[in-house]
Amino acid sequence: MKSLEELLAIKAKMQDKVAVRTSSGDIRVVVGMATCGIAAGARPVLNAFVEAVSKEELGDRVTVTQTGCIGICQYEPVVEVYEKDKEKVTYVNMTAERVKDVVEKHIKGGKPVTEYTIGAAKL
Amino acid sequence: MDELSLYVLDITMNSVRAGADTIHVTLTEDDETLCLNVRDNGCGMSREQLQRLRDPFFTTRKTRKVGLGIPFLSMLAEMTGGSVHVSSVPQSESEQHGTDVVATFGKTHIDCIPLGDMVSTFTTLIQGSPDIHFIFTHKTLRGTVALDTDELHSILGDLSLAEPEILQWIDGHLREQYEAIK
Repeated sequence: MKSLEELLAIKAKMQDKVAVRTSSGDIRVVVGMATCGIAAGARPVLNAFVEAVSKEELGDRVTVTQTGCIGICQYEPVVEVYEKDKEKVTYVNMTAERVKDVVEKHIKGGKPVTEYTIGAAKL
Repeated sequence: MDELSLYVLDITMNSVRAGADTIHVTLTEDDETLCLNVRDNGCGMSREQLQRLRDPFFTTRKTRKVGLGIPFLSMLAEMTGGSVHVSSVPQSESEQHGTDVVATFGKTHIDCIPLGDMVSTFTTLIQGSPDIHFIFTHKTLRGTVALDTDELHSILGDLSLAEPEILQWIDGHLREQYEAIK
């Protein structure tokens, strides 16, 4: 069994990290998780972001949150990336595979993946 | 939606949006039936809302004009010979407010879809609302999988359950429990 000792070790490690955090992160990734999003595949998209943040140790800079329906259901799964002092980027028709690109190029590299944005989607 | 676990996620999101601070998600299985119960202490629904619950063109949200959560769940349950029952007490009527959804599915029915990844559903719920007290219980004939987020809070103190490292521990913890009753 995943032991409670293991959880306590994570706690000790996390407490140090959280203590030195200066802000709640400069980048906020928001995944739409209403019926439209869930039906279109938002759950694996959200999980892919959470996994990537954990694996790449981006927790200091990036927070992943959920939201409801933002009204563009036909483009779900929709992911919005908010970055301080920058314009919001809205990604549409997201998949776990696309998340890898977004993490690599946008979150880590600072350059939005234009081809996945709502601007590039056929309206 | 091709997994029952996605319906569980969707229907539990209603409890989250109803402002509940405690949500019980209970699955009970035997060889023939799967029973899902989602019980919350959220704002509840008025009689009129309750009456129109199965109407896809009724929703309280402002971003779109359709609400498919309960219609989807009802359709799936009824297709397998099961049913959905919803009872609710609105905040305006009682201190003991909240909503109780019971859905039953015929597991052996040809139209019943697989349960799918319940662990992802649980971790997604915790990730989205780390401060809600979730009590997850999945009872099968081979054993029970259970998680009470209050127990995690008592160990972790102020740390958020939404921290990716902690979520991964929860994910692994649940998967090991499922492995044990496979």
